[in-house]
Amino acid sequence: MSWETVIGLEIHAQLATRSKIFSGASTAYGAEPNTQACAVDLGYPGVLPVLNAEAVRLAVRFGLAIGATVAGRSVFARKNYFYPDLPKGYQISQYELPIVLGGNIHIVLDDGTEKDIAVTRAHLEEDAGKSVHENFDGESGIDLNRAGTPLLEIVSEPEMSSAAEAVAYMRTVHQLVRYLGICDGNMQEGSFRCDANVSVRPAGEQQLGTRTELKNLNSFRFVERAINYEIERQIDVLEDGGSVVQETRLYDSDRHETRPMRSKEEANDYRYFPDPDLLPVVIEKEYIETERAKLPELPEARRQRFIHSLGLGVEDASLLTGSRATADYYEALIASVGGEYKLAANWVNGELAAALNRDGIGIADAAGSPERLAGLLVRIIDGTISGKIAKEVFEAIWQGEGEADDIIEARGLRQISDTGKLEKIVAAVLADNPDQVEQYRSGKHKVLGFLVGQVMKATGGKANPGQVNQLLKQKL
Amino acid sequence: MQRQTIAELSRQLQDGSVKSRDLVERCLTAIEGPGRQLNAFVSVCGEQALVAADAADELLKAGRAGPLTGIPFAHKDIFCTTEVATTCGSRMLEGYVSPFDATAVARLREAGVVLVGKTNMDEFAMGSSTETSYFGPTGNPWDLHRSPGGSSGGSAAAVAAGLVPAASGTDTGGSIRQPAALTGITGFKPTYGRVSRYGMVAFASSLDQAGTLTLTAQDAAMLMEAMAGFDPRDSTSVDRPVPVYTDELNTSLAGKRVGVPREFFDEGLDPDNEQRVREAIAVLEGQGAKVVEVSLPNLGLSVPTYYIVAPAECSSNLSRFDGVRYGHRHQGAADLESLYKLTRKEGFGAEVKRRIMTGAYVLSAGYYDAYYLKAQQVRQLISEDFKRCFAEVDILAGPTTPTPAFLLGEKTDDPVQMYLNDIYTIGVNLAGLPGISVPCGLVQGLPVGLQLIGPHFGDTAVLNFAHVYQQQTQWHCLMPAPTGTPDAADNAGGAS
Repeated sequence: MSWETVIGLEIHAQLATRSKIFSGASTAYGAEPNTQACAVDLGYPGVLPVLNAEAVRLAVRFGLAIGATVAGRSVFARKNYFYPDLPKGYQISQYELPIVLGGNIHIVLDDGTEKDIAVTRAHLEEDAGKSVHENFDGESGIDLNRAGTPLLEIVSEPEMSSAAEAVAYMRTVHQLVRYLGICDGNMQEGSFRCDANVSVRPAGEQQLGTRTELKNLNSFRFVERAINYEIERQIDVLEDGGSVVQETRLYDSDRHETRPMRSKEEANDYRYFPDPDLLPVVIEKEYIETERAKLPELPEARRQRFIHSLGLGVEDASLLTGSRATADYYEALIASVGGEYKLAANWVNGELAAALNRDGIGIADAAGSPERLAGLLVRIIDGTISGKIAKEVFEAIWQGEGEADDIIEARGLRQISDTGKLEKIVAAVLADNPDQVEQYRSGKHKVLGFLVGQVMKATGGKANPGQVNQLLKQKL
Repeated sequence: MQRQTIAELSRQLQDGSVKSRDLVERCLTAIEGPGRQLNAFVSVCGEQALVAADAADELLKAGRAGPLTGIPFAHKDIFCTTEVATTCGSRMLEGYVSPFDATAVARLREAGVVLVGKTNMDEFAMGSSTETSYFGPTGNPWDLHRSPGGSSGGSAAAVAAGLVPAASGTDTGGSIRQPAALTGITGFKPTYGRVSRYGMVAFASSLDQAGTLTLTAQDAAMLMEAMAGFDPRDSTSVDRPVPVYTDELNTSLAGKRVGVPREFFDEGLDPDNEQRVREAIAVLEGQGAKVVEVSLPNLGLSVPTYYIVAPAECSSNLSRFDGVRYGHRHQGAADLESLYKLTRKEGFGAEVKRRIMTGAYVLSAGYYDAYYLKAQQVRQLISEDFKRCFAEVDILAGPTTPTPAFLLGEKTDDPVQMYLNDIYTIGVNLAGLPGISVPCGLVQGLPVGLQLIGPHFGDTAVLNFAHVYQQQTQWHCLMPAPTGTPDAADNAGGAS
């Protein structure tokens, strides 16, 4: 029998606010345990939540970016359950009336296939703290720094049919939230993670199979591996005549398997009800329009523009629009390279990307500003230096040695295009290599490369390679 | 023991005829002496109070004092205070000291009142008799065998007995007005959102409102000017200016309309109690107000509605008491689940548990629509009833309670009987309205109250009506004799 897979994702994106969603405590990552939790986060008797307006703004921004409806009135509700890292015994979330409804995410798979994935809703909620089980001698520690951190939970329709689609969807949302500046996207720190609902059914069947929920997947690789493992597992169960149990499962990346976390029998009745401590969130039309006007050009639109207006290939355009910072860098760069868009793309996706990668830094921290890199490209375009020399100059710029022109001058890297000077060198090289000259003349034209190399060597790489070729051919 | 109003004490403090230290010492002596048998206080902070009194005296001497500077005061033990424990009448919070002050506490301190102690209350304000307190019941100064009402029974008893001139209270279903009525003092519950709830340990968030227990409406107005106002830390507090309540106290009632809801005068109302209330309404009429009968057709549903909404909210609000971060913790629990169960089993009393269970039930899957959602709809209907009335009248008047103070233990075995004691007060909380109870006479030697209810943010009108009434009557001056019977010889009170 052949099977088809149905996947829906719930992505938790930590909103990039400075303070928590219902308190003034900082959201900065990595502080000593429990130093960034105030009385409100700790759920002390008598405290009350006050909504952070910035969290609302960021959620609205997301809604507008995916073409969703931003609710004029949304309501916070309490999700009641006991857990040590949940200080109040309830999580403040949105239930019946979320802030964002509907919308679409356009995904492009590696093989070029494109697809729209519908978003059901996105709602605001607070994060819980975390339990720490190491170093407490049989007891557990609790760190509530995370408690109250604003999250946007983005719930997709079950419209993905493979792990690859799920990963493409997650990557696209990841790219989008970073573009919008609403989430730093840092997956190691837990700022962007997802739960995957996975089910399988016989191909062609309309009714959905029983699903399992894979919790807290915090890397693209884990999403892919966990889903693929789970698909295999479910198919095995069904083909053995069993049935899939609806349950929450945890992916163990070390053992590459999913394990049940809690089953439906122990499932909580969360007893949701509207939080009486918070007023409904009312968003006026004018506010929405103001935020809409402030939206940046979105990644997909920009990618299309790079392809159609700048004539870039799909791959270059996709790489360049992968992050807003990269695309911004590229656009600043091409402002002064006179239409050499492809050359600029090659440099950003090539040398620059390699250097960033090597040093493990983001493009915003790159030593070579777009203006500096432009100064270098201009010298390639006008023939002052060769592409090869340019790499040396780039490295010097990267090391902070200044502008391209200064480096070229200081190191004497200006390309030798003086015909008289080159003729002398060519003549000397031919005189020093009679064997190769003989070979060439007898028809072994491959040897020309060797001779060009000798001229380049003699000029310290500064000879204009095109001119050297031409001169050698003349003399031979 | 003598009782003096804030207004009188304020005059004496300002003109130097008395010192705050003297007043505070007098309070401390009364609390530790004759007040002991009332069990009105959970904690007393004498040393801090004397320090604060001396500071107040300095301000008074320097001429930098406000009208409340140096006035001794008690807070219901539901308000978080940094200088002394906040127990909420529960073993769960025995000895718990809050790291912050409630906004109401901070504002009153800022205005100069001197905190002398924290008063007893029903556990987490769940009760109408102060008998559910872990620290034992409070007695009614009029008859020690009777309840002072609740949940703000400690505050009411302390003020009625003259242990402090005034105290704070909270009112979720009548917890200020009912004990005020049963102890013969003035209990004011402002409009929901008028006083910040920040630092007030939550019972039912959509109903809880801080207010005052005082001898007079004028004192309530003076305190409200300090306590009321928007608080950025409470999203449900309302951002609108606080009126100068004391300026409006003497506004004439001539031409004003008083609505008398016929549902308030049902078969449950004690006939003598009804008589006192009708006499009080006649006093308002004598001041030129026009009395009309009105109807609140859905009021009969207010008790069942309340006993769904309030437990639902409390079941969630009290989840934080889990023994993990503060408060009582069962020692030696084998695992997490038993830590929760044993901590909450030991920490909470029977009434609190009853309400948590009721609340969890009405919110649970499959029951939510039938109970919680339905109750919210009925709540809306009750609000609309009041709204309709206030289109016609300026104020509503009726009894605060069906009967005078009941005996301690009389209703503890029958929660429904206990709940019905709040039948006239609960609707006001469901609608978020301001209400006051003022003493309007005696029934079998025990005080009963006239309840005045205003429209949304009609706090000024409520205080105005109450004050005018108290200018015409002496019931609020009637105090219990130290033996526990009314001292009629000194107080030839009654409607004048």
